Amino acid sequence: MSADSQELRESSKLPEAPLAGADGRQRAAEVLRRAAGVSEVWTFVILVALVAFFTIAAPGKFFTTYDLTQIAVNAAIYLVLGVGMTFVIITAGIDLSIGSVLVLSAVAAGEYNIHHGGPEAGWGTVAVCVLIALAVGTGWGALQGAVVATGKVPPLIVTLGGLGAALGIAELATGGQDPAGAAAAHLQNSLGFGKLLGIPWLVILAAVVTAAFGAVLGGTRFGSHTLAIGSNPTAVRRAGIPVGRHLIKVYGLMGLLAGLGAVMWLSSYGTTSIAGHSTDNLKVITAVVLGGTSLFGGRGSVLGTVIGVFIPAVLTTGLIVIGVQQYWQDVAVGVVLVAAVYIDQMRRKTRERA
Amino acid sequence: MASAREPLLAAHGVVKRFGHVQALQGADFTACPGEVVALIGDNGAGKSTLVNVLSGVLAPDGGEVRLEGVPVRFSGPMDAQRHGVETVYQDLSLAPDLDAAANLYLGREMLRGGVWGRLGVLDRPAMRREAVRAFAELGVELKDVTAPVTTLSGGQRQSVAVARAVAFANKVIFMDEPTAALGVVQRSRVLETVRRVADRGICVVLISHNMPEVLSVADRVEVLRLGRRVASFTAADTTIEELVGAMTGSLDGPPQHDTARTGPAVTEAEEGR
Ligand SMILES: Nc1ncnc2c1ncn2[C@@H]1O[C@H](COP(=O)(O)OP(=O)(O)OP(=O)(O)O)[C@@H](O)[C@H]1O
Ligand SMILES: [Mg+2]
Repeated sequence: MSADSQELRESSKLPEAPLAGADGRQRAAEVLRRAAGVSEVWTFVILVALVAFFTIAAPGKFFTTYDLTQIAVNAAIYLVLGVGMTFVIITAGIDLSIGSVLVLSAVAAGEYNIHHGGPEAGWGTVAVCVLIALAVGTGWGALQGAVVATGKVPPLIVTLGGLGAALGIAELATGGQDPAGAAAAHLQNSLGFGKLLGIPWLVILAAVVTAAFGAVLGGTRFGSHTLAIGSNPTAVRRAGIPVGRHLIKVYGLMGLLAGLGAVMWLSSYGTTSIAGHSTDNLKVITAVVLGGTSLFGGRGSVLGTVIGVFIPAVLTTGLIVIGVQQYWQDVAVGVVLVAAVYIDQMRRKTRERA
Repeated sequence: MASAREPLLAAHGVVKRFGHVQALQGADFTACPGEVVALIGDNGAGKSTLVNVLSGVLAPDGGEVRLEGVPVRFSGPMDAQRHGVETVYQDLSLAPDLDAAANLYLGREMLRGGVWGRLGVLDRPAMRREAVRAFAELGVELKDVTAPVTTLSGGQRQSVAVARAVAFANKVIFMDEPTAALGVVQRSRVLETVRRVADRGICVVLISHNMPEVLSVADRVEVLRLGRRVASFTAADTTIEELVGAMTGSLDGPPQHDTARTGPAVTEAEEGR
């Protein structure tokens, strides 16, 4: 703060009472605006409507602890990936490579595990495996971020290339077959199947990650710069913020969370599932966009992504419970996704005309 | 105010080449504290280039820039900002999805104290409070400093950009055509703001193609032609015809306008006000 703005503060002793009144009114206005204007409210309404529908359609079946836990476990990995994707999409970027990065991280950790004790590996090996998965994911993500930061290749292409390359390396390392003994029993029995007060550790982990990065996006300088870069990168650059370095961090964060996803996957399923992650990117991007994050950058929230992740999860479980073929879920999510982006576009237009 | 003043910002013989285009061929420029200086000239005269040199965006190929009498060489816009020199860009340079307070503090966010601050946690209440004060100081009424900047009117947005410069500048503000896209009412608001800022002792350098506007708000007018300062007028004593003549070169020669060579001798403007 310059000396002059200090002076400004001193010299403009505004009457405190009206200011406080304005503050209160402002807060009320803010709450109203948040409620009416923010797209996650609409998504939340859809989610509540779905839950209500299934609860009524299959009384006593849908709203049981079993289903809730199952929904949450299924959603946990997508949620962790979705948190990272929210940051990436807010910078007006995209990351198609997450499924491959997850596989690559899982393979790297799995190979280490196989050569250091296999299923009976000790806690030390488990710890190293976790670190390897996180490091591989972060490194790969940061590398993609560095290419994006040059501004020469669009993120879509960088991460499309990354998708192919990461999967290729994973297949080269394993011969294309999921190696046996990739996850230690210790890992599976603790993080994979363990519970705390009846809540699976996987769910707790996902909730902690979500809350932490939700706070980072909403309340820190890092989050604010992320939103600003998606909104107007030139202005951010002129304000002296190193945009390139920030993008490397954002894509690195996405990679880190893909690595964490690999750890969660290994602990939950005990295998690398090399062929099983080709549509992770679409699922996660769908969830983020359903949650109201704008593909054009500058707007979005982690809370929205949480809701966006749960809509497909609730649909799948709900359709099973009421006895409808669960493939209808894909149809429904597709329609809702297109509608969500359509509404986002309309809102953007009306706002800009105002 | 009318006492003999040290120029706040002075440029002498600034040269800037782009390939073989010589955008500035020994341009001079003078600005004093608390003064509104209009920088005018035909398209391609070198106005933007001069402002870019003076605000640290471009490095000059020759000549000297002095800030408060001390020779300076800015390494970039951030360096200039550290010296109290701010720029209002023609495109405003705002992040439309962020609110006015966040835009005001973009790149200079206020953080909480202690551990939270070290983790980069923003002190939003403080920023909003300061933003309300900063806007009030400029006579700008924003109903809601937490509304995204896109929802504001053009004039309000302009005011946010100006407020941003004003909040952090303590010496010089450059404004590249800040009223170009504005309606009559908004334009006068911005010009009022310019005047108010100058009255706080800050020097405002205004680029404009609008001659009546220049004459209504500026204390002095400096005219660039072909990369050189060709004239410097006291706004109160000149006419649009005279300005246009100096810009186009059709009025070349009359020595009484040639104050450029003798430096910032013109002070009647301040008495006139
Ligand atoms: N980056 C650049 N590369 C090459 N030439 C340039 C560059 N910037 C400016 N010039 C040249 O320098 C000269 C002065 O340009 P400048 O932008 O300073 O003019 P101006 O007075 O701001 O004009 P306008 O009123 O149109 O904004 C022009 O001949 C222009 O073509
Ligand atoms: Mg120009």
